[in-house]
Amino acid sequence: MFSFIIKRISVAIPTFLGVTLLAFALIHMIPGDPVLLLVGERRLDPEFYRAAMQRLGLDQPLYVQYWDYLRQLLQGNLGESIVTHEPVMSEFLKLFPATVELSMAAMLFAVVCGLAAGMLAATKRGTVIDHTVMGAALTGYSMPIFWWGLILIMVFSVHLDWTPVSGRIALEYDIPAVTGFMLIDTLLSGEAGAFKSAVMHLILPAIVLGTIPMAVIARMTRSSMLEVLREDYIRTARAKGLSRSRIIIVHALRNALIPVVTVIGLQVGTLLAGAVLTETIFSWPGIGKWLIDSISRRDYPVVQGGILLIATLIIFVNLLVDILYGVINPRIRHSR
Amino acid sequence: MSLLDIRKLNVTFGHGSNPFRAVSGLDLSINSGEILGIVGESGSGKSVTMLAMMGLIDAPGIVTADTLSFAGQDLIGMKPAQKRQIIGRDIAMIFQDALTSLNPAYTVGDQLIETLKQHTPLRGAALKARALELLEQVEIPDAKSRLNAYPHQLSGGMSQRVMIAMAIACKPKLLIADEPTTALDVTVQAQIMELLVNLQKQNDMALILITHDLAVVAEIAQKMVVMYAGEVVETSATDTLFATPRHPYTQALLSSIPEHSKGARRLNTLAGVVPGQYDRPAGCLLSPRCLYASAHCVSQHPPLIPIAGTSVRCFTPLDSNGIPSHE
Repeated sequence: MFSFIIKRISVAIPTFLGVTLLAFALIHMIPGDPVLLLVGERRLDPEFYRAAMQRLGLDQPLYVQYWDYLRQLLQGNLGESIVTHEPVMSEFLKLFPATVELSMAAMLFAVVCGLAAGMLAATKRGTVIDHTVMGAALTGYSMPIFWWGLILIMVFSVHLDWTPVSGRIALEYDIPAVTGFMLIDTLLSGEAGAFKSAVMHLILPAIVLGTIPMAVIARMTRSSMLEVLREDYIRTARAKGLSRSRIIIVHALRNALIPVVTVIGLQVGTLLAGAVLTETIFSWPGIGKWLIDSISRRDYPVVQGGILLIATLIIFVNLLVDILYGVINPRIRHSR
Repeated sequence: MSLLDIRKLNVTFGHGSNPFRAVSGLDLSINSGEILGIVGESGSGKSVTMLAMMGLIDAPGIVTADTLSFAGQDLIGMKPAQKRQIIGRDIAMIFQDALTSLNPAYTVGDQLIETLKQHTPLRGAALKARALELLEQVEIPDAKSRLNAYPHQLSGGMSQRVMIAMAIACKPKLLIADEPTTALDVTVQAQIMELLVNLQKQNDMALILITHDLAVVAEIAQKMVVMYAGEVVETSATDTLFATPRHPYTQALLSSIPEHSKGARRLNTLAGVVPGQYDRPAGCLLSPRCLYASAHCVSQHPPLIPIAGTSVRCFTPLDSNGIPSHE
């Protein structure tokens, strides 16, 4: 197992390098530069502009800039924001819990609803229930996040007034950030109603962000379940006189989960991509919104650092999925 | 009274005017402690019959029978929950491909214990002890460490032994072995058959052996049922069947055993295949392949008629010289 992890990490190194290059190239391809956006074009003093560019190292040829960036990176330095002058890492760490909280809530929604829907559809195969569930899943999968988010806000926040429109918590609460996770912090603060407010703020964004992964998980669970239900060992389980629920949950689901876990892992990438949009719609102060803001400010170090950190995260999650795989599937565990 | 009594069992798949009849009008019975062989080529409905009896045929399959009784209990009208108490405890089944019949995600011990938990009052350490005892009973070497093995770590013969251990866990009155040795090496085949026969004697079980290999059942079964295209074509005591096959299909099956045509350059075979849904003959189902078929055989469907202690579905059963008798 240990050698497997080492192997996987060493495979990830070229990926990291590729990500740095891509992030660097993409952000420098966008017209405009940070200094221009900071001071505005109107009364731009050419002398000041040149000095600022030099101070930021932006007057150097691109390959020199890239090389400097890599050198800093190897020393564990992601640089600091051109706009706020805060280290990228500390900004990331400050905002990251908000995204994690949102993503975890979305994932929870996606896994619980997706597995249930998939299993239901598989066991009621060919019936109205199956077609309804799968139709809903396809609709969810095809839903553009920004549109879906706005519709939900219109229905549940504006018309029904069930949930707040945006943010992480109502303005009346001032919650000290201990862990960065609003649900935990509100509980720690002991303020009455704060936890409920945090939950209410989380529901809609979590549903919006979780919809696509839920649809993918539901479809995958259904097809995987149908395949497993045809297996010989399901016949054996039935010949043992086991109840239908035990056959489905104990014998079928465990085997059906193997491909589903991979899909869940892959959805983490989709989730982070979706978080960028979801956080923007709901003014959720996480890394998605941070990245979008930084791109419009041409805050090169933040964009490069942010993308790299997200890529690291995805690689890490995929590694985790591979390890989890072995836990579920003994055939993989033993072949290593 | 026989242990298992099946009368007029029908299993059909599909709806409409032309459903596929996998089994039609099948009668079968077996007494306690008896060994019955069901033979026939692939597609003759052997396995489907047994699966239907156990209630393992799913929609769109439809199972009907006049009688389907086991140890005096009516299986066909029984509630599923009640039936599940019999299935796996009093009636157990093992399958052709043992490797895929075991759940890959659980250890051998887990799967054995599951059966015991379902049907016996044993709990806790007693479960493990009994599981170990069962593995030793099916002659698995180093049984203790095998309890924690996963199916993929076992050989084919070993997994069939585990399947057998699982099947006999609750001392069933009837064990159904569906081609238990087909997927195994010849040497292992003999071992598994020997084990099955020993266990049958020890536990005084009735044993139904489904096979397409007559040689497998020849030495051990007391009674034989020959099936063709979902129908019984001949039932007889094993000795009688081998000595004087009455049905042309039985004769053909016997003559295709390699040992029966020693010295011949080519093995005897029966040309053609079992008819399917769309090419089912109007008369005798064997008529397109039968060497002796007459016009009568092509137009009329023969009933199962008793002759000298056996039953044969043929208008012109063969005599002791293997020649059709003509009225």
